[in-house]
Amino acid sequence: MARAVVTVPARATRGEIVEVKTLAQHPMETGFRRTQTGELIPRDIIRRFTCTYNGTEVYRVELHPAMSANPLIAFSTIAAETGTLAFQWVGDNGYSVTETASISVE
Amino acid sequence: MGTTRREFLILAAISLAVPEAARAQLDPNLAANRKAAFQEALRRIVGDAQVRRGRVKLRLPPLIDNGNSVPLAVAVESPMTQADHVRAIHVLTEKNPLPDVVSVRLGPRAGRATLATRVRLADTQSVTAIAQMSDGSFWSDSAEVVVTLSACLEEGLI
Amino acid sequence: MSLRTALLFAASLLCARAGAGEIPPSERRSGYDLMSRETRAMQDDDATNPGMLWVLDGETLWNRKAGAADRACSDCHGDARESMKAVAARYPAFDAALGRPVNLEQRINMCRSKRQKAPPLAFESRELLALAAYVARQSRGLPINITIDARTRPFLEAGREAFFRRQGQLNLACAQCHDDHWSGKLAGSPITQAHPTGYPLYRLEWQGLGSLERRLRGCLTGVRAESYPYGAPELVNLELYLMWRANGMRMETPAVRP
Ligand code: HEC
Ligand code: HEC
Repeated sequence: MARAVVTVPARATRGEIVEVKTLAQHPMETGFRRTQTGELIPRDIIRRFTCTYNGTEVYRVELHPAMSANPLIAFSTIAAETGTLAFQWVGDNGYSVTETASISVE
Repeated sequence: MGTTRREFLILAAISLAVPEAARAQLDPNLAANRKAAFQEALRRIVGDAQVRRGRVKLRLPPLIDNGNSVPLAVAVESPMTQADHVRAIHVLTEKNPLPDVVSVRLGPRAGRATLATRVRLADTQSVTAIAQMSDGSFWSDSAEVVVTLSACLEEGLI
Repeated sequence: MSLRTALLFAASLLCARAGAGEIPPSERRSGYDLMSRETRAMQDDDATNPGMLWVLDGETLWNRKAGAADRACSDCHGDARESMKAVAARYPAFDAALGRPVNLEQRINMCRSKRQKAPPLAFESRELLALAAYVARQSRGLPINITIDARTRPFLEAGREAFFRRQGQLNLACAQCHDDHWSGKLAGSPITQAHPTGYPLYRLEWQGLGSLERRLRGCLTGVRAESYPYGAPELVNLELYLMWRANGMRMETPAVRP
């Protein structure tokens, strides 16, 4: 199922700065909410997001409960060479999702 | 329909007056505690360094539809070269239960020092973005947001 | 709601127009038009619209075999972009076997049980919302198109009656908010004209996707009225009336609302 959606331009010219947009499917349960009977709902969030470009880390994010559900992370990167952008989201309760996108650079 | 405007206003206002009780139960020292937590989070990030205003642009809508999802964008002025770039961006709030919102590590490969995301804001408050440059200096910007419908209204306060 | 929001809300309602009765076609507005620029942008860009996570799930489910029949939706319906185009814009639609209108979620579940020989999906389950969002996505940009005939007229009238009937402890009718005070705000949210153009939609308050029935149940609870279970004929009648009332307006699924 669609655990994440990433949007990266399919092609770019070398050295161009390209926009990257990512959405991950996650409730980002804050750990501060209570059920109707008053029990605290345990925290369940994505803790870390990383983007690597042909193996080199280009962007890393540490998330806290104040990030919205189904978090959006959008940033930019330099189109250095043809290859693969790999995305990883890691969180509480063993949550781990990976996604990739290819980019062709001339 | 036969309801006067006054009658309608009262009825409709009642239909929404839910979390008042929840709010009343909050710790009276809450504001002071959260301010202290903010200061501590800030110290953890910058240590003893001085934080200067400028080079950072934090964009938040001044008035928002729902505190559960407030669009937030940070852009830092920097050539983003090996010698001179942004190393990290941090976002902090004053009145959320925890001051930390998000921290980013980046470098010249990002091309531009930006972040666009969506965050939860529990109340009308000020939000701060801090950037750490490759020379170790810290820069910041703050923005005020008016939250009319705070995060998680249905289930209570975050 | 804090005192501040109550005052804000009261002040904004005072600016609302007075009067009663149905909204003339030229004054019809989607909830989209009453939202902030930021929320509109969130709906407009598929790369940042969280509803797309459900649409993509729906696409996966559309192509996945299920049930004793071991058939996928696509085995019978082919490419949804063709076969499901404009379909959601005509729902709720009359089902001859049942002798009453059914909404899109119910229609999908009928295929689940009759054609796939699989247990029906629960209302508001991730799977049913995903399939409904995927099917309705194929109507995005197309006009709502409810045709009423002798068989459906009684259900439409029942829905209309419910819309204008005062109900609940607060003794408020849907129309009092949505026809008479639509340009006002309640606790910061625009009241809107209640046009169901974008369902299932992503609501910031829900922090997830939800159906039109979830929205209606919310409004019923808001006036402290008895709420109906999902799929109840009373809710489907209201849906039929709301969709008919929005005839000609463009579908926006998956929309985003505060
Ligand atoms: C075995 C074949 C078969 C399968 C599998 C199947 N359907 Fe159907 N579906 C039909 C047929 C035939 C009709 C129209 C006749 C009827 O049932 O009334 C139909 C009608 C529909 C309609 C109404 C179309 C309209 O124009 O009003 C929808 C929506 C629909 N199906 C969705 C689905 C979905 C979603 C799935 C997968 C969960 C699915 N169907 C699986 C055969 C199938
Ligand atoms: C007290 C005023 C009030 C009453 C009465 C009321 N609503 Fe609402 N309704 C709202 C508000 C405010 C919103 C939008 C804000 C929100 O989403 O909470 C809304 C939203 C809606 C929407 C969503 C519109 C969109 O753009 O997606 C629909 C549909 C709706 N109402 C239908 C109804 C129906 C049907 C009834 C009667 C059973 C009803 N409402 C009664 C205040 C009301």
